[in-house]
Parts: sequence; C-alpha cells; structure tokens
Amino acid sequence: MIDIESKIEDGICELFVKGEVDASSSIHLDNSLSEAITNNSKIIVDLSKLEYISSAGLGVFMSYLQQLETDKIQLVLFGMNEKVLEVFQILGLDQLIEIRNSKAEAMAEMKDA
Amino acid sequence: MHKFKTPCQREKLKEIREFISDVLTDIGFPDIEVHKVVLAVDEVCANLIIHSNKCNPSECLEIFIEDNKEGTVTFDIVDYGIGFNYNNYKEPNLEEIVRKRRKGGLGIMLVKKIMDSVEFSQEKDKNICRLMKKFQHKK
Repeated sequence: MIDIESKIEDGICELFVKGEVDASSSIHLDNSLSEAITNNSKIIVDLSKLEYISSAGLGVFMSYLQQLETDKIQLVLFGMNEKVLEVFQILGLDQLIEIRNSKAEAMAEMKDA
Repeated sequence: MHKFKTPCQREKLKEIREFISDVLTDIGFPDIEVHKVVLAVDEVCANLIIHSNKCNPSECLEIFIEDNKEGTVTFDIVDYGIGFNYNNYKEPNLEEIVRKRRKGGLGIMLVKKIMDSVEFSQEKDKNICRLMKKFQHKK
C-alpha cells in the first residue's frame, strides 16, 4: 500500500513516497523519515504519487518539526495532488510545514540555506 | 441503508474507505466532498480499531450509511470495545502537538472540521459514533 524510495543527490536526500498513508502504513513513512533525518540535513519529499493521507501520516510530519528546528534540518515536501494538499490545509498544517509545488521549487529552498 | 462489517484490523481501513467512497458516489454525493468525508470516517474507524479494540481481529466494527433524502447523510459506526469518552475529549492545539512531538491527536480535529455533527453514545455493550454531513445532490 505504501512504497518509499530514498536517494541522495548533491548532498540532498530525496524520499519518493508512493501509495496511501493511513493508520496501517504510516509506520513505514515514520521509519523512512526518521532515518533520513538522522543522516541528512537537507531533505525533500516527493509526494506526487501519494494518493491518500490521513491524520496518521500528518502526525508523522508533525512529530519531527521540533527536531528539524533544533537540529537545523531542512525538510520540504513537494508535488502533492489537490486532495492530499487539502488534508494539510484543513488543520492549517500547510502553515507549519514547508510545502512547494515542484521539485525545482523545493530544491531552490535548499540552495537558499 | 448501506452496511459494512469488518474485523478490527488496521489493514481493513482501505476496504472501509472503498466502501464509503462507493456508497457516496452512488447516492450522488458531490465528488469534491467524497474524499473529505471518506477521510473523516477513516479517522473514526482507525481510532476505534486501534484504541477501543486494540486491533483485535475477533472484535468487529459495523458501519451503517443512511441517505436521509433530505440533504443529509448519516454514518453510524458501531463497535463493542472500550467506549470513547467524547465528553472528556479536550482538543489539543497544534503548538502542543509539535512541542511534545506527538504523532496522534489530529484525527478527531479533522473529523470535527469536516462533518456537520459528531456524536458518541453507548447502548448496553455497544458504542455508536454518529456522524452527519449535509450535502446537495448532484444535479
């Protein structure tokens, strides 16, 4: 139901999340994100193939926000479809988490730092 | 009345979502609203499966959907586990969730934002969560 690929290019870790993130699959997102955050300071997450997210998935991103700030780690999500983006917007999480439309925009954020 | 019954396993959430989505599409629920309502029901079911029934596959969850034909649809989600005390539910704020690095707490917030009413009640050994959503039939 969920498939996550990880690669590192020019010092930036990219996670590619495919499928659906709900209460049964969010653990995989959590493990991948945890590993990425432990080993990298610049992370982009491609959500263009994410078809569904519930609060379990939102909670995973939320639970690392404090650590991102403390450890000066950059995390930018990009490419999410309208329905997935709406889930972030319902609770205003799009104001707390860095979200960009495209990979180019997400990469631009990384270069600014 | 549309009915779906499933064992209390997280892996069943996808089937639950498919059922809700099919029923809503069938009764002419507006497409843009289907996804949000499916999400709200998924959130309640996930909570009941994980917290009230501890993912015990011998426990079951029943979902009843009623199109009231008057521009509202009602979802009754019934289980027999530990009842959720909604009266004692205190909505966390987002800052608190971030500060405490919590992963949970967002589900019921979403349900309340999406649905027009959310009620939890108990009848003997049965817990009922009733969600209601107003809608306009597709022309």
